[in-house]
Order: sequence, then structure tokens, then C-alpha cells
Amino acid sequence: MKGLLHNRSTLPGALLTVVFAGAALISLFWVPYDTTVLNIADRMKLPSLAHPFGTDQFGRDILSMLMVGARTSIAVALVAVGIGMLAGVPLGLAAAARKGSLPDEIIMRTNDLVFAFPSLLIAVMITAVFGASALNAIIAIGIFNIPVFARLTRGAALTLWSREYVMAARVAGKGAARISLEHILPNVTNLLIVQGTIQFSLGILAEAGLSYVGLGAQPPTASWGRMLADSQTMISLAPHLAIFPGMAILLTVLGLNLLGDGLRDLLDPKLRRART
Amino acid sequence: MSLLEIEGLSLEIHGEPILKDVSMQVEPGRVLGVIGESGSGKSMTAFGVLQLLPNGSQCRGCISLAGQDILTASEKDLCAMRGRDIGMVFQEPMTALNPLQTIGAQVAETILVHENVPKSEAFERAADALRRAELPPERFPLSRYPHELSGGQRQRVVIAMAIALRPKLLIADEPTTALDVTTQAQILDLLKRLVAGEGMGLMLISHDLAVVADLADDLVIMRSGEVVESGPAHGLFRNLQHPYSRALLEASGHVPERSGAAQDKALLKVRNVIREYQSHSHGWWGRTTHVRAVDNVSFEIRKGESLGLVGESGCGKSTLTRAILGLEEIQGGEILLGGTPVVSHHRVNRDVRRRMQVVFQDPYGSFNPRWRVDRLITEPFHLMDSPPFGAEREAAVAEALESVGLSAADSRKFIHEFSGGQRQRIAIARALIIKPDLIILDEAVSALDVSVRAQVLDLLAGLADRFGLTYLFISHDLSVVRSITERVLVMKSGQIVEEGPTDRVFDKPQHAYTKQLVAAAPVLPADVA
Repeated sequence: MKGLLHNRSTLPGALLTVVFAGAALISLFWVPYDTTVLNIADRMKLPSLAHPFGTDQFGRDILSMLMVGARTSIAVALVAVGIGMLAGVPLGLAAAARKGSLPDEIIMRTNDLVFAFPSLLIAVMITAVFGASALNAIIAIGIFNIPVFARLTRGAALTLWSREYVMAARVAGKGAARISLEHILPNVTNLLIVQGTIQFSLGILAEAGLSYVGLGAQPPTASWGRMLADSQTMISLAPHLAIFPGMAILLTVLGLNLLGDGLRDLLDPKLRRART
Repeated sequence: MSLLEIEGLSLEIHGEPILKDVSMQVEPGRVLGVIGESGSGKSMTAFGVLQLLPNGSQCRGCISLAGQDILTASEKDLCAMRGRDIGMVFQEPMTALNPLQTIGAQVAETILVHENVPKSEAFERAADALRRAELPPERFPLSRYPHELSGGQRQRVVIAMAIALRPKLLIADEPTTALDVTTQAQILDLLKRLVAGEGMGLMLISHDLAVVADLADDLVIMRSGEVVESGPAHGLFRNLQHPYSRALLEASGHVPERSGAAQDKALLKVRNVIREYQSHSHGWWGRTTHVRAVDNVSFEIRKGESLGLVGESGCGKSTLTRAILGLEEIQGGEILLGGTPVVSHHRVNRDVRRRMQVVFQDPYGSFNPRWRVDRLITEPFHLMDSPPFGAEREAAVAEALESVGLSAADSRKFIHEFSGGQRQRIAIARALIIKPDLIILDEAVSALDVSVRAQVLDLLAGLADRFGLTYLFISHDLSVVRSITERVLVMKSGQIVEEGPTDRVFDKPQHAYTKQLVAAAPVLPADVA
């Protein structure tokens, strides 16, 4: 843990991540105001002591909305990245281990196929067919993470397969699956972590985008993207309606990227030594 | 006055002293050989002359090129000087060229950076530079890309870039270390002719005395940032004073002592082996072509013997290694270890595999950087039916590490904590740990400095006597093969062209190719101390 804080960017990254994850967790048990109750009398109030971030056009407390929205955004992005990694990484490892074979071709060409569609379009299609909900948004974003991880893993693994230590493992009689797990996977993790944080932030942005066009989380579930979408007609009247969710998205993405950099350094034995 | 004068140069990087009071001179039309192990500061001296030092460097002393002080020159003057007055040739021709640019464009770039000339003229002069580097544009048009050339040809392009503007000084940092012997001889010849023909001064940096011996007029021997000895090459070689220089000289022609004798029993039999590659040109629907990398090769290794396999890169020796190890299937013939085939029914025989191990060339790429040494060297235990564990495993690790001259405490370290020579020892420990009969050494000492190489060769010789090991020693370096093997095979284009006792093959080569190889190998002058 001490090593983690050695990287200069890690601490702010970790703090930001803790703040947003903490807000999401707290919102499970307690929020300052109920976000499903409308209070038209208090609508569009500027930030005050009672409402630190002000209220929206229905008089709901923006701080409470942000806390609940953090839960939606983080859950959607986390599960989507999880789907991408759990499916994409093994596919990439398998494709690299059997380079040039039929399975490799099938995996990679299917990847190309998925890549060929604009992701938002497919997300719109999925939600159009199965209905707009946070769950369908997760699935749609998750599916688009699979080829990203598969391709990254395969590319990195291919260069590792030509390394002499992999050759030495083959001389020791180890099979492709075992080599992939013991030698290839640990040496691509730093790439996966960096890509994971990028995909995580892209996931948050994608969820915000889907919710913005009304295809993500449905009201009354609060979501940062939805808050932004709802605020756009009132941007000149009450700019704080857009500023706070916008800042929340920006800071979360920034925090995650900084944290990812720190994690990558921590997992590299060479860099770990350089710092201590 | 000298062309390049380095006087009392000291260099610190982030407060850590790298060079201490280094002095040397390069005269026009003469070759200065700078010799030392890795870490001796020889490359840093060269980068100091170019002022291309890492951040946080602090130079003291004096470097002057044709009377101009380099240390006080402004960055703008330095930029004008680099490439125009000083040319540089790097070690690795595979990475010194931009793969996306044609060779003509890359040579012309040097000219365009320094002189305000039209592009057409720059290309004309680039063609001339390539011709001087003996890469005639009639046969190698300027529109070629680096990947279309061999390693030696690429090195010629790098040299052409360095000499395009007819610099006064040429710095060559290990220009032939990455090349085969025959190519090395050609490149060294070329450098010699360029120096003689164009009156340049050449600073030739190498870790190998033998490479420099033939070429250098003056010598500087460096160790840990200091010059230990310098003077005219002729006199210096005969009268080396410093113990370090003598050690270097000894290492260069080192012959480890062997006592064990080979038995009469054949351990490995390779019979009429053929290894063919299929390649598809132009993707899925292209024509299938066959490339025969190993063509009808037969030989035997007797138990306890050290057999050398010599050949240039691309001759099929690495393919043969992989076939013997059972990593690739052969298309014809058979490979038997102790009478059992390595591969039967498309499966590798575990019993056979257990009896052979391999040590690879690259001390940096041979280990998983995320594993500790104990896990690294016990990997071959995977081949055993009941591998030792607990205290027994620890004892095995300690024994293996101690037998290669490391300590048991090293087992908890990561691989990046070791030097190149130590890493190669760990690779040997990994091969030893399951007590194999045969160890294949695939260019195992080629990446090491001469002095470290001598130590590793001694270690190998000692281990062979102690454990009754049999070695298949694969290398492009004749001096190494000569020092440690009893019998040698010479391989060319997938075929064995000559075989026999090592001394006989090297002293009286029969085949034209062997003669060429032997003639190309750099040798120390016969009369040195």
C-alpha cells in the first residue's frame, strides 16, 4: 500500500475514486433527500446550506441525485468492463496461443465484425429490442468491451510467445493453456489494467450518453447522463443543473485514470524496485 | 593537432560518477579502438563527444573537435555539428533504421538537415554515399525499404548515413556485435577502407579485443569509467601492463580446461532430418510454398561429448534446435535420444524431454520478469512425475544455484536484479535442475562480454566434468566453439557441409564455406604477449 502512494498521481486518483465509490455506497443506505419525491416549490434553487449543490427543475436535491447517479454509473461501467475482460482476455489468449489456426481466425474476424458497428448504434438497437433499462445498457456496453480486450490481449500475447522464457517453458513440457496462464497473462496485466481504467471511464461516458438519449437508466433511477440531458433546456436559467453532473463525470474519469497508472506501476516488479 | 581531443573528461549523471578523468585522441586517417566491458563507460564517452547524454548529466574537462570546444558549444552549434562533422554508427542495424522510410530517404535526410539543397541533389548524394558504403544503387535502389535488406546491408546503410556529409570523425559503437562473422569481416574491411580513403578519424568501440586488434592504430582500454591503458596498438598489444588489460586479452582467446572424455555410446542420433515450412503468400487464397530450413541432416552426439554446430544466422541451426527439443515436428527422418524417439505419434515423449534442456542466447528475454528466481529455475520440475517440494525443493534450488556460482539467497530475487552474466548462470541453473543428459546451448554466450563469456565457458566446462553432461553448442562465433568443443559441424542453407574434430576443421578446412568462415573470424595478432 505504501508503494501505491509513491507514485505522485496515485494519491489524488485514489482519493477521487474513494469519494465517488463512497458516495455510491452511502447512497444505498442514506441520502440527504429522497430522490423520488418531487418538491416543485423548491425547484431550481441555487446551492445553499440546505441543498449544497442546489435543486433541479423538480425540486430534487442535486447532491442526493449525484450520489444515486454514482451508483448507477459505477455499477454499469464496472459490470461492462467485467464482461469485456472476462470474455475478451481468454479469447485473446486463446487466439494468440493458436496463432494462424482456425479458432484464431474465427475469434479475430468476429472481433472485426463487432468493431465494424458503431457502438452507440448497437446499444440503441439492443435497447430498442429489449427495452431501455440500465441492465440492457450494461450488456450493450459490455459486448463492445469484449473485442477491445481480446485484440489487446492477443497483440501483447503474440510478442510474448516469441520470448525465450516461453520457449523454456515449452521445453519444460508445459502446454499452451498453462503457459498462457503462468507466463502470458501476468505479463499483460499491466496493459489490461490501463486499458481497464480507460474502458471504465468510457463505460461511464457511454452510460451517460445512453441515458442522455433516454436509453439507459429510466426515471426515477437517477443517472449522471440523464441529469445532464434533463438540464440542457435550462442551461442558461440554471447552469448548476449541468455543471455538477458534468463535474462528477469528469472527476471520476480523471480519478480512475490516475489510479490505473499507479496500479500499473505497482504491479511491475522492475518499477517497484526503482521506487523503493 | 589531433582531430578529436578528450582531456580529463569527467561525467556525473545525477551526482553518480560515470567517467573519471578520461583522456584520448583521435588523429585524422587513424583508427582509435576503445575497449572495455559493458559499463566501462566507453559508450558514454562517445555520447559525451556528441553531447547526447541522458538528462542530469554533468561534464567536466575538455572535448575539442578540430579545435572547437564541444562542452561550451550551444545546442544550435551542436546540432549543426552532429551528422556533419561527426558521424555515428550504432550497434543494432535492425533498429537503427526507420522501417517506414526508404533507405534513400534516410540517407538523404542527413544531407537535407544540414544543407540547403534541392531534394534531387540530396538523393544524388545519398546514392553516392551508399556507393561509398559499397551498396551500389544499381543493385540496391534508393527506393528499397530496410526490411528488404540483410543485417549487414542495413549496417551499410547506417554507415552511408554517417558518412554522407564526409564527417571528420566517425564513431562506431560495437558496429559488428550483432552481425555474423563473415558479415563482420566485411563491415570491418569497409570501415578500414573508408578511413584510409577519406582521411576520417574513426573511434571504434568494442568489448572484443580481437575485433579491434586488426583495425586499430591506437588503443584505449577502459574499466569502470577510467582509462587503464592507452597507446599505439602495435606496441601496446605486445606489452600490456595493466592486469585488467591482460585479463581482457586472455579472455578473448580463453580456452577452458576439460578433463572428462567422451564415451563411445551415442546419446543423440539425428538421422536424415527434414524440416519444411509451409507459407502462404498473399493471405488465405495465395499459393502455398515450401521452405526447407533443415535439409537431410544427420549426426550423432556421443555421451559426454561437446559438439559444436556453426553457421550464419538463417542457416537452419535454430530450427534444428527446436526440432531436437521437440518444439516443432519434423517432416522426415528421426531424432533419437538414447534410442527413444523425441516425438512419437505427434506427441513429445516426456521421458526424452526430461533428459534434455536448453540455454538460450538472450539473458534478458529468457526469464519471466514477474517470477522470482526459485520459481524460474524450478520450471523444468514440471517434467517430473513427482517433483520435490518443501525442504527438498529448496535444497534442489540451492544446489543448482551454488553449482553455477550463485548463492542460495539469490532464490528470492527477481531477475532484473542480476547482470547479464549472472542471468546466463541462472539459465544454466534452470537447465541443470532436473539433471539432464544433454544441454543444448543456443548461442548461450554470444550476448556476453568477453571476460564474462570466459567465466561462463569455464563454468560450463566444469559442470560438464562434474555431472557428465553432453553439450550441443550452437554458435556463429568460431572462437567460442573452438575453445569448448571436441567435434564440430558446419551448417549452411540447412545442410551440414563439413564435420570433424574441431582442431582439424578449423586448421585445415575442406569445404569452401568453412574456409570462408575461418578466414573471416577476427584473430588477435599471433605475437601478442
